[in-house]
Amino acid sequence: MHHLEVDGLTATYDGKILVLDGVSIQVGKGEIVSVIGPSGSGKSTLLRVIMGLLKPKAGHVKLDGDEVDYGNKKSVKALRDRFSIVFQQFNLFQNMDALRNVTIAPVKIRKRDAQKVEKEAIELLGKVGLGDKLHSYPDELSGGQQQRVAIARALALRPEILLLDEVTSALDPELVNEVLDAIRILAKDGMTMMIVSHEMGFVREISTEVIMMDEGKVIEVGSAEQIFDNPQTSRCQDFVGKILRH
Amino acid sequence: MYEGFLDIFDVFLEQSAEFYVWDNAVYLFRAMMTTLTMTIIGCGLGFIFGMIVVYFRRTPGLMFWPVRMTVIFYVETFRRVPFLVLLFLVMFTVKGFGLDFSLFTIACISIVIISTAFIGEIIRAGLDSVHQTQWDTADAMNFSRLQTLRHVILPQAWKVVLPPAFAFFVMFIKDTALTSQVGVLELTQAGKYYNNLGYSAILSFGTVLVLYFILSYPMTRLGWWMEARLHTRRRDERAEFEVGATAYELRGT
Repeated sequence: MHHLEVDGLTATYDGKILVLDGVSIQVGKGEIVSVIGPSGSGKSTLLRVIMGLLKPKAGHVKLDGDEVDYGNKKSVKALRDRFSIVFQQFNLFQNMDALRNVTIAPVKIRKRDAQKVEKEAIELLGKVGLGDKLHSYPDELSGGQQQRVAIARALALRPEILLLDEVTSALDPELVNEVLDAIRILAKDGMTMMIVSHEMGFVREISTEVIMMDEGKVIEVGSAEQIFDNPQTSRCQDFVGKILRH
Repeated sequence: MYEGFLDIFDVFLEQSAEFYVWDNAVYLFRAMMTTLTMTIIGCGLGFIFGMIVVYFRRTPGLMFWPVRMTVIFYVETFRRVPFLVLLFLVMFTVKGFGLDFSLFTIACISIVIISTAFIGEIIRAGLDSVHQTQWDTADAMNFSRLQTLRHVILPQAWKVVLPPAFAFFVMFIKDTALTSQVGVLELTQAGKYYNNLGYSAILSFGTVLVLYFILSYPMTRLGWWMEARLHTRRRDERAEFEVGATAYELRGT
Protein backbone atom coordinates (compact mmCIF):
# COMPACT_ATOMS: atom_id res chain seq x y z
CA MET A 1 0.00 0.00 0.00
CA HIS A 2 1.32 3.39 -0.93
CA HIS A 3 1.45 6.27 1.48
CA LEU A 4 -0.25 8.67 -0.89
CA GLU A 5 -2.28 7.42 -3.79
CA VAL A 6 -3.80 9.73 -6.38
CA ASP A 7 -6.14 8.08 -8.84
CA GLY A 8 -7.75 9.66 -11.89
CA LEU A 9 -7.70 13.15 -10.41
CA THR A 10 -9.50 15.69 -12.58
CA ALA A 11 -9.90 19.39 -11.91
CA THR A 12 -11.09 22.48 -13.76
CA TYR A 13 -10.79 26.22 -13.32
CA ASP A 14 -14.14 28.03 -13.37
CA GLY A 15 -15.75 24.74 -14.30
CA LYS A 16 -14.52 25.12 -17.87
CA ILE A 17 -10.80 24.92 -18.37
CA LEU A 18 -9.56 21.40 -17.77
CA VAL A 19 -6.29 21.64 -15.84
CA LEU A 20 -5.98 18.13 -14.48
CA ASP A 21 -7.14 15.31 -16.67
CA GLY A 22 -7.16 11.99 -14.87
CA VAL A 23 -3.85 12.16 -13.05
CA SER A 24 -2.71 9.05 -11.16
CA ILE A 25 0.44 8.90 -9.06
CA GLN A 26 1.74 7.02 -6.05
CA VAL A 27 4.12 8.18 -3.37
CA GLY A 28 5.64 5.76 -0.89
CA LYS A 29 6.98 6.59 2.56
CA GLY A 30 10.36 8.29 2.37
CA GLU A 31 10.13 8.72 -1.38
CA ILE A 32 10.84 11.91 -3.20
CA VAL A 33 8.60 12.24 -6.20
CA SER A 34 9.26 15.11 -8.56
CA VAL A 35 6.80 16.44 -11.08
CA ILE A 36 8.21 18.12 -14.16
CA GLY A 37 6.65 19.49 -17.31
CA PRO A 38 6.09 22.71 -19.23
CA SER A 39 4.28 25.68 -17.69
CA GLY A 40 0.55 25.19 -17.60
CA SER A 41 0.82 21.43 -17.53
CA GLY A 42 -1.04 21.27 -14.23
CA LYS A 43 1.85 20.48 -11.89
CA SER A 44 1.10 23.19 -9.36
CA THR A 45 -2.61 22.58 -9.67
CA LEU A 46 -2.01 18.95 -8.74
CA LEU A 47 -0.47 20.05 -5.44
CA ARG A 48 -3.24 22.59 -4.83
CA VAL A 49 -5.90 19.97 -5.40
CA ILE A 50 -4.20 17.46 -3.13
CA MET A 51 -4.01 20.16 -0.46
CA GLY A 52 -7.71 20.91 -0.83
CA LEU A 53 -7.21 24.46 -2.08
CA LEU A 54 -9.05 23.58 -5.28
CA LYS A 55 -11.85 21.05 -5.33
CA PRO A 56 -11.35 18.11 -7.69
CA LYS A 57 -14.02 17.32 -10.28
CA ALA A 58 -13.40 13.61 -10.19
CA GLY A 59 -10.90 11.06 -8.94
CA HIS A 60 -9.66 9.82 -5.61
CA VAL A 61 -6.90 10.73 -3.21
CA LYS A 62 -6.03 8.08 -0.63
CA LEU A 63 -3.79 8.47 2.40
CA ASP A 64 -2.62 5.12 3.77
CA GLY A 65 -5.59 3.60 2.03
CA ASP A 66 -8.19 5.99 3.47
CA GLU A 67 -9.97 8.08 0.88
CA VAL A 68 -10.04 11.85 1.37
CA ASP A 69 -13.48 13.43 0.93
CA TYR A 70 -12.84 16.93 -0.40
CA GLY A 71 -16.49 17.87 0.09
CA ASN A 72 -16.12 17.25 3.80
CA LYS A 73 -14.39 19.90 5.90
CA LYS A 74 -13.34 17.44 8.58
CA SER A 75 -11.76 15.12 6.10
CA VAL A 76 -9.85 17.98 4.45
CA LYS A 77 -8.70 19.25 7.84
CA ALA A 78 -7.45 15.80 8.78
CA LEU A 79 -5.51 15.69 5.53
CA ARG A 80 -4.02 19.12 6.07
CA ASP A 81 -2.82 18.01 9.49
CA ARG A 82 -0.58 15.51 7.75
CA PHE A 83 0.60 17.62 4.80
CA SER A 84 2.53 20.84 4.49
CA ILE A 85 2.92 22.89 1.38
CA VAL A 86 5.55 25.45 0.45
CA PHE A 87 4.52 27.93 -2.23
CA GLN A 88 6.39 29.48 -5.11
CA GLN A 89 5.86 32.97 -3.71
CA PHE A 90 6.79 31.97 -0.12
CA ASN A 91 3.55 33.51 1.22
CA LEU A 92 5.01 34.32 4.60
CA PHE A 93 2.62 36.16 6.88
CA GLN A 94 3.78 39.72 6.38
CA ASN A 95 2.74 40.87 9.83
CA MET A 96 4.92 38.38 11.68
CA ASP A 97 8.65 37.95 12.10
CA ALA A 98 10.37 34.76 10.97
CA LEU A 99 10.01 32.98 14.29
CA ARG A 100 6.35 33.84 14.65
CA ASN A 101 5.68 32.68 11.11
CA VAL A 102 7.04 29.30 12.11
CA THR A 103 5.36 29.03 15.51
CA ILE A 104 1.89 30.45 14.90
CA ALA A 105 0.20 27.41 13.40
CA PRO A 106 1.63 24.82 15.81
CA VAL A 107 0.77 27.04 18.79
CA LYS A 108 -2.51 28.65 17.80
CA ILE A 109 -3.99 25.98 15.56
CA ARG A 110 -2.50 22.73 16.77
CA LYS A 111 -2.46 23.95 20.38
CA ARG A 112 0.96 22.57 21.11
CA ASP A 113 3.04 23.82 24.00
CA ALA A 114 4.30 27.29 23.08
CA GLN A 115 7.71 26.97 24.66
CA LYS A 116 8.48 23.60 23.13
CA VAL A 117 7.30 24.82 19.74
CA GLU A 118 9.47 27.88 19.98
CA LYS A 119 12.53 25.83 20.86
CA GLU A 120 11.83 23.54 17.95
CA ALA A 121 11.23 26.49 15.63
CA ILE A 122 14.56 28.04 16.56
CA GLU A 123 16.23 24.72 15.80
CA LEU A 124 14.44 24.47 12.45
CA LEU A 125 15.38 28.01 11.47
CA GLY A 126 18.94 27.20 12.47
CA LYS A 127 18.83 24.11 10.31
CA VAL A 128 17.89 26.14 7.23
CA GLY A 129 20.64 28.61 8.08
CA LEU A 130 18.56 31.43 9.53
CA GLY A 131 19.48 31.19 13.18
CA ASP A 132 20.37 34.88 13.16
CA LYS A 133 17.18 36.04 11.45
CA LEU A 134 14.60 34.92 14.00
CA HIS A 135 13.16 38.37 14.45
CA SER A 136 13.38 39.67 10.92
CA TYR A 137 10.18 40.46 9.09
CA PRO A 138 9.53 39.06 5.62
CA ASP A 139 10.16 42.40 3.92
CA GLU A 140 13.60 42.51 5.52
CA LEU A 141 14.60 39.12 4.13
CA SER A 142 15.80 38.17 0.67
CA GLY A 143 13.68 35.83 -1.42
CA GLY A 144 15.93 32.89 -0.60
CA GLN A 145 15.75 33.63 3.11
CA GLN A 146 11.97 34.01 2.97
CA GLN A 147 11.65 30.71 1.20
CA ARG A 148 13.79 29.01 3.81
CA VAL A 149 11.57 30.46 6.53
CA ALA A 150 8.61 29.06 4.61
CA ILE A 151 10.26 25.63 4.59
CA ALA A 152 10.93 25.82 8.33
CA ARG A 153 7.31 26.87 8.82
CA ALA A 154 6.08 23.88 6.86
CA LEU A 155 8.33 21.53 8.85
CA ALA A 156 7.20 22.90 12.19
CA LEU A 157 3.83 21.34 11.43
CA ARG A 158 5.58 17.94 11.41
CA PRO A 159 4.10 16.88 8.11
CA GLU A 160 4.18 13.31 6.90
CA ILE A 161 4.44 14.59 3.37
CA LEU A 162 5.91 17.88 2.26
CA LEU A 163 4.68 19.45 -0.96
CA LEU A 164 7.07 21.88 -2.63
CA ASP A 165 5.50 24.00 -5.35
CA GLU A 166 8.21 25.49 -7.59
CA VAL A 167 9.95 26.78 -4.51
CA THR A 168 12.89 28.25 -6.40
CA SER A 169 11.07 29.73 -9.40
CA ALA A 170 10.62 33.17 -7.89
CA LEU A 171 14.20 33.47 -6.71
CA ASP A 172 17.20 35.24 -8.13
CA PRO A 173 19.57 32.65 -9.60
CA GLU A 174 22.24 33.12 -6.96
CA LEU A 175 19.70 32.43 -4.20
CA VAL A 176 18.42 29.17 -5.65
CA ASN A 177 21.14 27.02 -4.16
CA GLU A 178 20.61 28.04 -0.57
CA VAL A 179 17.02 26.83 -0.83
CA LEU A 180 17.96 23.64 -2.64
CA ASP A 181 20.54 22.94 0.08
CA ALA A 182 17.82 23.19 2.69
CA ILE A 183 15.74 20.64 0.76
CA ARG A 184 18.77 18.35 0.43
CA ILE A 185 19.01 18.30 4.22
CA LEU A 186 15.37 17.22 4.43
CA ALA A 187 15.96 14.50 1.87
CA LYS A 188 18.82 13.19 3.96
CA ASP A 189 16.46 13.07 6.96
CA GLY A 190 14.12 10.83 4.98
CA MET A 191 11.30 13.32 4.53
CA THR A 192 8.62 12.21 2.07
CA MET A 193 8.26 14.91 -0.54
CA MET A 194 6.42 15.81 -3.70
CA ILE A 195 8.42 18.37 -5.59
CA VAL A 196 7.25 20.47 -8.50
CA SER A 197 10.34 22.03 -9.99
CA HIS A 198 12.06 23.41 -13.05
CA GLU A 199 15.51 22.79 -11.57
CA MET A 200 16.25 19.71 -13.66
CA GLY A 201 19.70 19.05 -12.26
CA PHE A 202 18.30 19.11 -8.75
CA VAL A 203 15.32 16.93 -9.66
CA ARG A 204 17.63 14.41 -11.21
CA GLU A 205 19.91 14.35 -8.20
CA ILE A 206 17.28 14.07 -5.48
CA SER A 207 14.26 12.21 -6.87
CA THR A 208 13.40 8.59 -6.31
CA GLU A 209 10.81 8.96 -9.02
CA VAL A 210 10.10 11.56 -11.68
CA ILE A 211 6.73 12.26 -13.25
CA MET A 212 6.45 14.14 -16.51
CA MET A 213 3.19 15.99 -17.01
CA ASP A 214 1.74 17.86 -19.96
CA GLU A 215 -1.68 19.37 -20.59
CA GLY A 216 -3.04 18.02 -17.33
CA LYS A 217 -2.00 14.43 -18.02
CA VAL A 218 0.79 12.24 -16.75
CA ILE A 219 2.95 11.51 -19.79
CA GLU A 220 5.61 9.34 -18.28
CA VAL A 221 6.66 7.99 -14.90
CA GLY A 222 10.05 6.56 -14.14
CA SER A 223 13.35 6.85 -12.36
CA ALA A 224 15.36 10.02 -12.89
CA GLU A 225 17.73 8.12 -15.18
CA GLN A 226 14.90 6.87 -17.33
CA ILE A 227 13.19 10.23 -17.68
CA PHE A 228 16.32 12.23 -18.40
CA ASP A 229 18.54 9.74 -20.23
CA ASN A 230 16.14 7.36 -21.84
CA PRO A 231 12.64 8.80 -22.07
CA GLN A 232 10.14 6.40 -23.59
CA THR A 233 7.49 8.77 -24.94
CA SER A 234 8.09 11.23 -27.73
CA ARG A 235 6.57 14.12 -25.74
CA CYS A 236 8.95 13.47 -22.90
CA GLN A 237 11.91 13.13 -25.26
CA ASP A 238 10.94 16.43 -26.80
CA PHE A 239 10.63 18.22 -23.43
CA VAL A 240 13.78 16.79 -21.92
CA GLY A 241 15.67 17.42 -25.16
CA LYS A 242 14.66 21.09 -25.15
CA ILE A 243 15.65 21.52 -21.53
CA LEU A 244 18.97 19.75 -21.68
CA ARG A 245 20.01 21.56 -24.82
CA HIS A 246 20.76 24.74 -22.90
CA MET B 1 -19.33 98.88 3.25
CA TYR B 2 -16.36 99.90 5.30
CA GLU B 3 -18.60 101.36 7.99
CA GLY B 4 -20.70 98.23 7.96
CA PHE B 5 -17.62 96.28 8.80
CA LEU B 6 -16.76 98.62 11.62
CA ASP B 7 -20.27 98.25 12.97
CA ILE B 8 -19.96 94.50 13.05
CA PHE B 9 -16.60 94.78 14.77
CA ASP B 10 -18.10 97.20 17.27
CA VAL B 11 -20.99 94.89 18.11
CA PHE B 12 -18.59 91.92 18.31
CA LEU B 13 -16.39 93.61 20.88
CA GLU B 14 -19.28 95.05 22.80
CA GLN B 15 -21.03 91.70 23.11
CA SER B 16 -17.88 89.72 23.75
CA ALA B 17 -17.65 90.82 27.32
CA GLU B 18 -21.07 89.52 28.20
CA PHE B 19 -20.84 86.51 25.86
CA TYR B 20 -17.63 84.96 27.12
CA VAL B 21 -18.78 84.22 30.63
CA TRP B 22 -18.62 81.06 32.65
CA ASP B 23 -22.24 79.99 32.17
CA ASN B 24 -21.98 80.24 28.41
CA ALA B 25 -18.69 78.40 28.46
CA VAL B 26 -20.32 75.53 30.33
CA TYR B 27 -23.26 75.53 27.95
CA LEU B 28 -21.02 75.53 24.89
CA PHE B 29 -18.77 72.89 26.36
CA ARG B 30 -21.75 70.61 26.92
CA ALA B 31 -22.94 71.21 23.37
CA MET B 32 -19.45 70.40 22.16
CA MET B 33 -19.41 67.17 24.14
CA THR B 34 -22.78 66.24 22.66
CA THR B 35 -21.31 66.67 19.21
CA LEU B 36 -18.27 64.59 20.11
CA THR B 37 -20.18 61.86 21.96
CA MET B 38 -22.65 61.23 19.21
CA THR B 39 -19.86 61.06 16.67
CA ILE B 40 -17.89 58.63 18.81
CA ILE B 41 -20.90 56.44 19.61
CA GLY B 42 -22.13 56.54 16.02
CA CYS B 43 -18.80 55.83 14.37
CA GLY B 44 -17.63 53.43 17.09
CA LEU B 45 -20.69 51.25 16.73
CA GLY B 46 -20.49 51.79 12.98
CA PHE B 47 -17.00 50.30 13.05
CA ILE B 48 -18.13 47.22 14.95
CA PHE B 49 -21.21 46.73 12.79
CA GLY B 50 -19.13 47.47 9.72
CA MET B 51 -16.85 44.54 10.58
CA ILE B 52 -19.84 42.26 11.09
CA VAL B 53 -21.39 43.39 7.83
CA VAL B 54 -18.14 42.71 5.96
CA TYR B 55 -17.81 39.32 7.58
CA PHE B 56 -21.22 38.32 6.25
CA ARG B 57 -20.59 39.86 2.88
CA ARG B 58 -17.51 37.67 2.50
CA THR B 59 -19.02 34.45 3.82
CA PRO B 60 -19.11 32.03 0.91
CA GLY B 61 -21.71 29.40 0.19
CA LEU B 62 -25.15 29.30 -1.33
CA MET B 63 -26.81 29.44 2.07
CA PHE B 64 -25.44 32.89 2.71
CA TRP B 65 -26.49 34.30 -0.64
CA PRO B 66 -29.53 36.12 0.78
CA VAL B 67 -27.39 37.53 3.58
CA ARG B 68 -24.75 38.72 1.13
CA MET B 69 -27.37 40.35 -1.08
CA THR B 70 -29.02 42.06 1.90
CA VAL B 71 -25.67 43.40 3.04
CA ILE B 72 -24.76 44.69 -0.42
CA PHE B 73 -28.18 46.31 -0.76
CA TYR B 74 -27.79 47.92 2.65
CA VAL B 75 -24.31 49.27 1.99
CA GLU B 76 -25.10 50.55 -1.49
CA THR B 77 -28.31 52.24 -0.32
CA PHE B 78 -27.17 53.97 2.81
CA ARG B 79 -23.97 55.30 1.28
CA ARG B 80 -26.22 57.23 -1.11
CA VAL B 81 -28.73 58.67 1.36
CA PRO B 82 -28.11 62.25 2.52
CA PHE B 83 -27.61 62.29 6.26
CA LEU B 84 -30.40 64.81 6.81
CA VAL B 85 -32.91 62.67 4.91
CA LEU B 86 -31.96 59.64 6.96
CA LEU B 87 -32.25 61.66 10.15
CA PHE B 88 -35.85 62.63 9.36
CA LEU B 89 -36.58 59.10 8.28
CA VAL B 90 -35.29 57.62 11.53
CA MET B 91 -37.09 60.23 13.59
CA PHE B 92 -40.47 59.63 11.98
CA THR B 93 -40.02 55.86 11.93
CA VAL B 94 -39.21 55.82 15.62
CA LYS B 95 -42.23 58.02 16.32
CA GLY B 96 -44.34 55.85 14.03
CA PHE B 97 -43.57 52.88 16.25
CA GLY B 98 -44.74 54.92 19.21
CA LEU B 99 -41.28 54.94 20.78
CA ASP B 100 -40.21 57.86 22.88
CA PHE B 101 -36.51 58.05 22.07
CA SER B 102 -34.52 61.16 22.90
CA LEU B 103 -33.33 63.29 20.01
CA PHE B 104 -29.78 62.34 20.91
CA THR B 105 -30.58 58.64 20.55
CA ILE B 106 -32.25 59.26 17.21
CA ALA B 107 -29.17 61.13 16.04
CA CYS B 108 -26.92 58.26 17.19
CA ILE B 109 -29.02 55.65 15.41
CA SER B 110 -28.87 57.65 12.19
CA ILE B 111 -25.11 58.03 12.44
CA VAL B 112 -24.67 54.31 13.09
CA ILE B 113 -26.76 53.43 10.04
CA ILE B 114 -24.67 55.63 7.78
CA SER B 115 -21.27 54.94 9.30
CA THR B 116 -21.82 51.17 9.22
CA ALA B 117 -22.28 51.40 5.47
CA PHE B 118 -19.29 53.69 4.91
CA ILE B 119 -16.86 52.10 7.36
CA GLY B 120 -17.97 48.66 6.15
CA GLU B 121 -16.79 49.63 2.67
CA ILE B 122 -13.52 50.95 4.08
CA ILE B 123 -12.92 47.70 5.97
CA ARG B 124 -13.80 45.64 2.91
CA ALA B 125 -11.25 47.53 0.82
CA GLY B 126 -8.69 46.98 3.58
CA LEU B 127 -9.31 43.23 3.64
CA ASP B 128 -9.12 43.11 -0.14
CA SER B 129 -5.72 44.80 0.02
CA VAL B 130 -4.31 41.67 1.69
CA HIS B 131 -3.32 39.19 -0.97
CA GLN B 132 -5.47 36.10 -1.51
CA THR B 133 -2.39 33.90 -1.14
CA GLN B 134 -2.30 34.77 2.57
CA TRP B 135 -5.75 33.17 2.88
CA ASP B 136 -4.63 30.09 0.92
CA THR B 137 -1.57 29.67 3.07
CA ALA B 138 -3.53 29.94 6.30
CA ASP B 139 -6.12 27.60 4.82
CA ALA B 140 -3.48 25.00 4.06
CA MET B 141 -2.34 25.20 7.69
CA ASN B 142 -5.87 24.58 8.95
CA PHE B 143 -6.62 28.10 10.17
CA SER B 144 -10.36 28.70 10.47
CA ARG B 145 -11.83 31.77 8.80
CA LEU B 146 -11.92 33.69 12.06
CA GLN B 147 -8.40 32.63 13.00
CA THR B 148 -7.11 33.77 9.62
CA LEU B 149 -8.86 37.10 10.01
CA ARG B 150 -7.60 37.59 13.51
CA HIS B 151 -3.99 36.50 13.19
CA VAL B 152 -3.18 37.20 9.56
CA ILE B 153 -5.57 39.43 7.65
CA LEU B 154 -6.72 42.09 10.10
CA PRO B 155 -3.24 42.96 11.37
CA GLN B 156 -2.25 43.60 7.76
CA ALA B 157 -5.47 45.31 6.73
CA TRP B 158 -5.41 47.57 9.74
CA LYS B 159 -3.00 50.12 8.35
CA VAL B 160 -5.02 50.38 5.15
CA VAL B 161 -8.29 50.71 7.07
CA LEU B 162 -7.28 53.14 9.76
CA PRO B 163 -6.50 56.35 7.83
CA PRO B 164 -9.75 56.52 5.81
CA ALA B 165 -11.82 55.28 8.76
CA PHE B 166 -10.38 57.98 10.94
CA ALA B 167 -10.86 60.58 8.21
CA PHE B 168 -14.49 59.52 8.02
CA PHE B 169 -14.84 59.95 11.75
CA VAL B 170 -13.29 63.42 11.73
CA MET B 171 -15.44 64.43 8.78
CA PHE B 172 -18.52 63.25 10.57
CA ILE B 173 -17.85 65.55 13.50
CA LYS B 174 -18.92 68.42 11.30
CA ASP B 175 -21.70 66.51 9.61
CA THR B 176 -23.44 66.12 12.95
CA ALA B 177 -24.30 69.80 12.61
CA LEU B 178 -27.27 68.55 10.61
CA THR B 179 -28.77 67.02 13.72
CA SER B 180 -29.55 70.56 14.82
CA GLN B 181 -32.28 70.38 12.17
CA VAL B 182 -34.22 68.00 14.37
CA GLY B 183 -33.34 69.91 17.48
CA VAL B 184 -30.42 68.05 19.04
CA LEU B 185 -28.61 70.44 21.32
CA GLU B 186 -25.14 70.23 19.85
CA LEU B 187 -22.66 72.87 18.76
CA THR B 188 -24.52 74.26 15.78
CA GLN B 189 -27.76 74.34 17.69
CA ALA B 190 -25.96 76.20 20.46
CA GLY B 191 -24.79 78.74 17.88
CA LYS B 192 -28.35 79.21 16.71
CA TYR B 193 -29.47 79.59 20.29
CA TYR B 194 -27.07 82.41 21.02
CA ASN B 195 -27.81 84.04 17.73
CA ASN B 196 -31.50 84.00 18.63
CA LEU B 197 -30.72 85.49 22.00
CA GLY B 198 -29.46 88.52 20.14
CA TYR B 199 -25.74 87.91 19.97
CA SER B 200 -24.28 88.75 16.60
CA ALA B 201 -24.03 85.90 14.12
CA ILE B 202 -20.29 86.45 13.88
CA LEU B 203 -19.90 86.08 17.58
CA SER B 204 -22.14 83.02 17.98
CA PHE B 205 -21.22 81.10 14.87
CA GLY B 206 -17.61 82.30 14.89
CA THR B 207 -17.23 80.79 18.34
CA VAL B 208 -18.91 77.60 17.18
CA LEU B 209 -16.49 77.44 14.25
CA VAL B 210 -13.52 77.71 16.54
CA LEU B 211 -14.95 75.01 18.79
CA TYR B 212 -15.43 72.65 15.84
CA PHE B 213 -11.79 73.20 15.00
CA ILE B 214 -10.73 72.54 18.59
CA LEU B 215 -12.71 69.34 18.47
CA SER B 216 -11.56 67.96 15.17
CA TYR B 217 -7.95 69.08 14.79
CA PRO B 218 -6.63 67.06 17.74
CA MET B 219 -8.55 64.09 16.32
CA THR B 220 -6.74 64.50 13.02
CA ARG B 221 -3.41 64.64 14.86
CA LEU B 222 -4.40 61.56 16.84
CA GLY B 223 -5.10 59.82 13.54
CA TRP B 224 -1.66 60.74 12.21
CA TRP B 225 -0.05 59.57 15.38
CA MET B 226 -1.82 56.21 15.32
CA GLU B 227 -0.95 55.79 11.65
CA ALA B 228 2.72 56.52 12.28
CA ARG B 229 2.71 54.16 15.24
CA LEU B 230 1.09 51.43 13.23
CA HIS B 231 3.78 51.61 10.59
CA THR B 232 6.56 51.34 13.10
CA ARG B 233 5.12 49.26 15.92
CA ARG B 234 6.62 46.01 14.76
CA ARG B 235 10.06 47.53 14.82
CA ASP B 236 9.51 48.57 18.38
CA GLU B 237 12.79 47.26 19.65
CA ARG B 238 14.74 49.05 17.03
CA ALA B 239 14.26 52.45 15.53
CA GLU B 240 10.79 53.33 16.71
CA PHE B 241 11.64 56.80 17.82
CA GLU B 242 13.41 57.95 14.69
CA VAL B 243 11.05 56.27 12.27
CA GLY B 244 7.99 57.43 14.15
CA ALA B 245 9.25 60.99 14.23
CA THR B 246 9.97 61.00 10.51
CA ALA B 247 6.56 59.69 9.56
CA TYR B 248 5.01 62.21 11.87
CA GLU B 249 6.89 65.12 10.40
CA LEU B 250 6.17 64.02 6.86
CA ARG B 251 2.46 63.99 7.54
CA GLY B 252 2.69 67.31 9.33
CA THR B 253 4.18 69.19 6.40
